[in-house]
Amino acid sequence: MKPAPFNYLAPTRIEEVLDVLREYGDEAKVLAGGQSLVPMLNFRLARPAVLVDINQVADLDSIRAEDGTLRIGATSRQRALERHLSRAADGPETLLRSALGYIGHPQIRARGTVGGSLAHADPAAELPAAVSALGATLVIRSADGSREVAPEDFFEGFFTTSIAAEELLTEIRVPAWPEGTHSRFLEVSRRRGDFAQVAVAAVVTVADGLVTRAGLAVAGAAPSTVQAHSVVDGLVGSEPDTDAIAQLAGNFAADLDPPPDTHGPAEYRRHLTRHLLQRAIAEATGLAGPRATSAA
Amino acid sequence: MDVEERATVDPVGTREKTITVTVNGDSYQRTVSVRHSLVDFLREDLGLTGSHVGCEHGVCGACTVLLDGEPIRACLMFAVQADGSQLTTVEGLAAGDELHPIQQAFWENHGLQCGFCTPGFLLTTYDFLREKHGVTEPEIREALSGNLCRCTGYQGIVRSVQAADEAWER
Repeated sequence: MKPAPFNYLAPTRIEEVLDVLREYGDEAKVLAGGQSLVPMLNFRLARPAVLVDINQVADLDSIRAEDGTLRIGATSRQRALERHLSRAADGPETLLRSALGYIGHPQIRARGTVGGSLAHADPAAELPAAVSALGATLVIRSADGSREVAPEDFFEGFFTTSIAAEELLTEIRVPAWPEGTHSRFLEVSRRRGDFAQVAVAAVVTVADGLVTRAGLAVAGAAPSTVQAHSVVDGLVGSEPDTDAIAQLAGNFAADLDPPPDTHGPAEYRRHLTRHLLQRAIAEATGLAGPRATSAA
Repeated sequence: MDVEERATVDPVGTREKTITVTVNGDSYQRTVSVRHSLVDFLREDLGLTGSHVGCEHGVCGACTVLLDGEPIRACLMFAVQADGSQLTTVEGLAAGDELHPIQQAFWENHGLQCGFCTPGFLLTTYDFLREKHGVTEPEIREALSGNLCRCTGYQGIVRSVQAADEAWER
C-alpha cells in the first residue's frame, strides 16, 4: 500500500509542466487533487517514472465569470467551486453545484479538483455528466498550443479521454444558458458519497411554454458518460409533456447496454436511467417538483 | 527501460525534498522521501501518532487532518505537497490537559469504543461545527458520512456531535 518510487516535481509555471509532459509522455503522470491517482499509486496500479504535481501552478485554480461564461481553472478544488456556487439561482450553475454535492465527502472535495475528475473520466463520476449536459468547453494545452474540445469529443470511453500524453486539461468553460433555464441532478448510489449506480444531469430551457434547448447526460449506465441526444431531440420544439417524456426516456434507456455488476443486472441500471431521466426532466421543466407545486 | 531504471537515470524531479510545515502551531523542517504520505510523515517523522492510518486509499477517514483549515485525507497526499502549509491534527484540539468541547462531548456520550476512528471523527466534527450552529441529525449524518466506525453503530457519535454543538462556544 505504498507507491513505487517516482521522481517528483511541482512546477509553478504551466510551461514547465507542458515541457515535462512533452519530454516524458506516458512515463509522466499529472498529480492534481490525488483523490483517485494516489489510491492507484498506493495499489501500484499506476507506476509513473515522473509525477508532475500541478497544484503549485499559478492561476490554474481560478474561478471567474466572464461575459456570462463560468471559467473554472482545472485545479479548482471541488469544495471551492461548491462554495463559489452556493448562492446560484436555479439554472445551469445549480446543476454543477448539486453534482458536486454527490462527489465523495467534504474531505474528498477539499482536495479533489474539477479538472482531475474530468481527466480521470470515471464512467460513474458526476462531473463528466454535468459538463456534458451543460455543453461546457474543455480547454487542453500542450507545449505546441491549445485546443478547445466539446464533452462528446473529450470522453472517449472507460477511463479514457482525448487528452494526449503531452497535453494538460487547463480550463472548463461553462456557457451561459438563456432565461427560463432550470436544471436537475439526480443520483442513486449504494451509500452516501459512493460513485453513482446511475446519475442523470438535466438542463432544460422553456420559453413561451415550449422547450427551446436541453442538455441531458447519464453517468453509470455505459463505459463512459453518455448524452441522451435522442431525448433532447424529442423534447426541443414541443411543450413539456409527462407521457412524451416517459416514452423518450424509456426508448433511450432500452438502447443502453450497461455492464452488469455485483450491485445489479443491466436491467436495473436501465430502470434507474429511465426513472431518473423522467424525473429530472419533469422537475427541470416544472411538470413536477417544487416549481410545479408553487405554480398550481 | 523499466520504471525504476528510467527514474534513477532521470534528471527531472527529485526523490527527496526538505519541507517546512507548521503543525498545531509548531514549525518543523524535515527531509522526506517524495512518496512518503502526509499521515506517515506526521506519525513517523514527527511522532504525532494521533492521526491513524486505516485504509490508505481514502475510504475510512481515520487519517483526517486540517490542511490550511480544510479537512483532508492525509493518506491521499504526499508529505512533500504540504510544504509551507498549516496543519491541525487531533493533538492540536485539546488545550493542555483540558479536552476540547468536542472531545469532552465524545467522552460523555459514548462517541467511541475502540477509538481507532476517533481522531478522524473529531476533526471532521470540528470542521463541520465551525461552520454551522444548531445542526440537525440528518445534517450530522451527512457530515460524518466520510468517516467509518466499526464499533459504535454511530448512535453515540451522532449524540456526541449534538452535545458538542450545544457545548462549544464559538
